[in-house]
Amino acid sequence: MNEMVKMVVVLTVLTAFSGGLLASVRNGTAERIEIQQLKFVKGPAIKTILESAENDPIADRFKVKDGENEYSVFVGKIGGKASNIAMESFATGYGGPVGVMVGINMDDDSVLGVGVTTHSETPGLGSRAKDDPEFVAQFKGGAVKDPFKVAKDGGQINALSGATITSQAVCQATSAVGSAYQKLKPKIQEQIATMK
Amino acid sequence: MAKSIAQEFVKGLWAEIPPFRLVLGLCPALAVTKTVENGLGMGAATTFVLVCSNILVSLLRNIIPDKVRIACFIIIIATFVTVVELVMQAYTYPLFLKLGIFIPLIVVNCIVLGRAEAFAAKKSVVYSLADGLGIGIGFTLALGALGAVREILGNGTFYGISLFGPSFEPFTFMVEAPGAFVGLGLMLCVMNMLESK
Repeated sequence: MNEMVKMVVVLTVLTAFSGGLLASVRNGTAERIEIQQLKFVKGPAIKTILESAENDPIADRFKVKDGENEYSVFVGKIGGKASNIAMESFATGYGGPVGVMVGINMDDDSVLGVGVTTHSETPGLGSRAKDDPEFVAQFKGGAVKDPFKVAKDGGQINALSGATITSQAVCQATSAVGSAYQKLKPKIQEQIATMK
Repeated sequence: MAKSIAQEFVKGLWAEIPPFRLVLGLCPALAVTKTVENGLGMGAATTFVLVCSNILVSLLRNIIPDKVRIACFIIIIATFVTVVELVMQAYTYPLFLKLGIFIPLIVVNCIVLGRAEAFAAKKSVVYSLADGLGIGIGFTLALGALGAVREILGNGTFYGISLFGPSFEPFTFMVEAPGAFVGLGLMLCVMNMLESK
């Protein structure tokens, strides 16, 4: 009996200690990890979408809350006007969540461009959503108020062959950004106004 | 016969160098040694985990009940691996992206649990530290060496620096999976030749 108690106590103390240590390390590194992810994962997508931006969209970012979801909004100044933003959303693809960065032109509420940030799709099939510029180019110029769909679901986007689920996920994520943007537009404009 | 602390340290560098002599930890040794940088990064991460877990296991060896010792070791090892994973994400993100899943897999690396069970659970802290450091550095050197062979032959570069100029036609197969086995086999062969002399 005594040994039983000892086993339980040792294991409990050990796991509690380890949990505490991990929580503090996580807290200590969370901010830096976010910066690194911005730089290496989201950065390239943002740069291609807001290609002609004169500022650094990663530095000029703020957060907007939509109910429980929080969106990071990246602002790109083109021609002296801060009217282009990029926002990220996720949808479930074939191998897990697919992150899509969507650029929006706030003047006419059209899609400026999209780029896949994170994914765990099949290399060579679903991964082309990130690597094939022709696929994401289809989203360019679409209006944010219309949801994007692949041709099979009666939409305007030609799915990647062999990767319908991934293509659907990209469409879903883009549409999610579109609807969030429509809801949040006044808040975003307010924030941009305070930035200048 | 009791070995000295220095002997415990040195044995990991040659006599018990993990992937070649103990033939342990082959999964990361084969999978991540596409380049020198990956090999050394993986080795450094494993060394950190090995040293920390060896020290802690050795400190707690009289407290941990025998029946749940493996569970306790795994908790200790997994904690340090997660610490390494977070720190790598925070400071060396590109390397973390390259090593990917193999960082969390250090938890199930036979070397780490093997040293905890076979060595640190029986010896004092200083010896365990020397053992962990020796085995860890040996592992790092082995991964670095294998990475160097594969990178030089398969890509014509060393640590990203081009060695032979543009006229060199790389043996691309060395940086692919079969090249890992061939490379490891050749290095084992050389080790055995040197040993038998």
